[in-house]
Amino acid sequence: MDVKDLKTYFYLDDQKVARAVDDVDLTVNAGETVALVGESGSGKSITSLSIMQLINKPGKIVDGTISLLGQNLLNLSDKQMTKVRGNDVAMIFQEPMTALNPVYTIGNQISEVLRKHKKMNKKQARRRAIELLKMVGFPRAEDTFDEYPHQLSGGMRQRAMIAIAISCEPKLLIADEPTTALDVTIQAQIIDLMNEMKEKLDMALLLITHDLGVVAEYADRVLVMYGGQIVEEAPKKRLFKESKHPYTSGLMESLPSIYKEEERLGTIRGTVPPAHSFPKGCRFSSRCPHAMDQCFESNPDLIQLDHEHSVRCYLYTDE
Amino acid sequence: MYKYIIRRILIFIPMLFALSVVVFALSKAAPGDPFTTMLDPNIDRSVFEERKEALGLNDPIPVQYFRWVSSAVQGDFGESIVYNQRPVMDLIKVRFWNTIYLGIVALFFTLIVAIPIGIYSARNPYSLLDYGATGFSFLGLAIPNFFFGLLAIYFLSIQFGWFPAQGTVSGTDVSGLEEFIDRIHHMILPGITLGLAGTATYMRYMRSEVLDVLGSDYIRTAKAKGMSDRNVLYKHTLRNALIPIITLMGFEFGVLIGGAVITEQVFNYPGLGTLFLDAIINRDYPIVMALALIFGIFILVGNLLADIFYSVVDPRIRYD
Repeated sequence: MDVKDLKTYFYLDDQKVARAVDDVDLTVNAGETVALVGESGSGKSITSLSIMQLINKPGKIVDGTISLLGQNLLNLSDKQMTKVRGNDVAMIFQEPMTALNPVYTIGNQISEVLRKHKKMNKKQARRRAIELLKMVGFPRAEDTFDEYPHQLSGGMRQRAMIAIAISCEPKLLIADEPTTALDVTIQAQIIDLMNEMKEKLDMALLLITHDLGVVAEYADRVLVMYGGQIVEEAPKKRLFKESKHPYTSGLMESLPSIYKEEERLGTIRGTVPPAHSFPKGCRFSSRCPHAMDQCFESNPDLIQLDHEHSVRCYLYTDE
Repeated sequence: MYKYIIRRILIFIPMLFALSVVVFALSKAAPGDPFTTMLDPNIDRSVFEERKEALGLNDPIPVQYFRWVSSAVQGDFGESIVYNQRPVMDLIKVRFWNTIYLGIVALFFTLIVAIPIGIYSARNPYSLLDYGATGFSFLGLAIPNFFFGLLAIYFLSIQFGWFPAQGTVSGTDVSGLEEFIDRIHHMILPGITLGLAGTATYMRYMRSEVLDVLGSDYIRTAKAKGMSDRNVLYKHTLRNALIPIITLMGFEFGVLIGGAVITEQVFNYPGLGTLFLDAIINRDYPIVMALALIFGIFILVGNLLADIFYSVVDPRIRYD
């Protein structure tokens, strides 16, 4: 999947425009796990919802292309798009407690996807749904099929969500902070499960997270997002070893290290500025420890350092 | 599920008992007795005392209560004092179904108007029709029943002559299908009048519920699964949005009967409401007590139905 120049803006009541996603380029290749990292409000979730075209008013995808296997999804009609969602691209959300419809059984909610996209009849869908439930680790899958979401724990509900998401063997799975709301011990299980499913079904995985531990463990490539833009892109190992952007470095410093004893972890001062009033220059300039005059003047472009590493910062321009 | 329903029905029994005590106590606490309105100065006071003694009105209160309850459970509410000593049950039987039908027409009108408009308003918030519906709701809630009834009679019945202004049938010479249509025709105006406030309330509820559900995570999940708009609305949204509406409908049952007291009077409609009002004015206590008990049972049954229906729609409360 290839996302180019994606712009999703929110038109707020008071004439302000929140540029929640501004010129994002993003590529996820088959079988690859790409992590999209950034703190709250950086535009990660809006990026993923834009890919699914699930942006609600007052938000709007203003510009860009989202191509999946050569087809631009933004050119599809609403009806055609419903054939892509859940079928070619599937998504898992952050909050498993509320992401399932409380009045229908787990089985019903898996079957309806199969019946819609794979045109299965009730019996086939039931058989396949039970298979899927077994795959994602429900020991009593037949019983679980007839259970309601409130009878399952958070971790189990997230497993059910994964079963729904992989039911049609999508080419791309988007996971929007799938473990944030879960217990630490469950988090690892869920991520492991997603990774296992990814391998098994040869999907591409776009993992949206702010957990750098998860990134270190599973991602192939990392994109760091700040203020609605990609500020750094690199393969995982290089990002952790030689991060370039001051923001990325700040994130790294906020991680505890097992090699040195630290009194206090590093922090990044301040918070992400609201998307309707970014500073005039570089969007990170107001919080950047290395900000120069130039940084307050204009926003830098994404600079290619080499074929796999790029960064949006004036510290790395040649001039 | 069945255990739940059985338990709810069992709770019904003590509530019914409490209700009968309250009804009896209130009628005893009310000043005067059936003879207050018939006092003839030419008759000696001792005659009234004798009659009271004969009717058991001087017995201890608990004795009177048990006498009343034990015959009431057998369907015998005594005899009307004003209506030539006819059994109360007969008087009620004649009018009971009229009121029930009127309630059904009112509820039907409420639901077919309020639910679709509420859904439309939620899907197109701040549209012209949404503002219109909001305006209508406030008007519907603000206009008293009897006033709307009078307006309806004046315009739709007297000025335009579209609907009859009173009664339940045009005459005795109609029968079969013709009679059915005629009865419906008679019920439309009182039905709309009775259902007006409910329509306004339900519309508001429906709008806010659907709006709420449409913004929920599981609707986003349904959309992310590629479900069509129709499916998202009818399958995933509606069932969740209707849960609070069902609770409301339990109360509506009682509200409709209560509202019928006034509406029936305005349309001179021979139902329980008219009977109730007449009985109160005439201090016809056997009728008042019987009807108060019946109205109370309506509310209890309404809530029971709502609870049962609720547990059918929402699996989360099935195993409580």
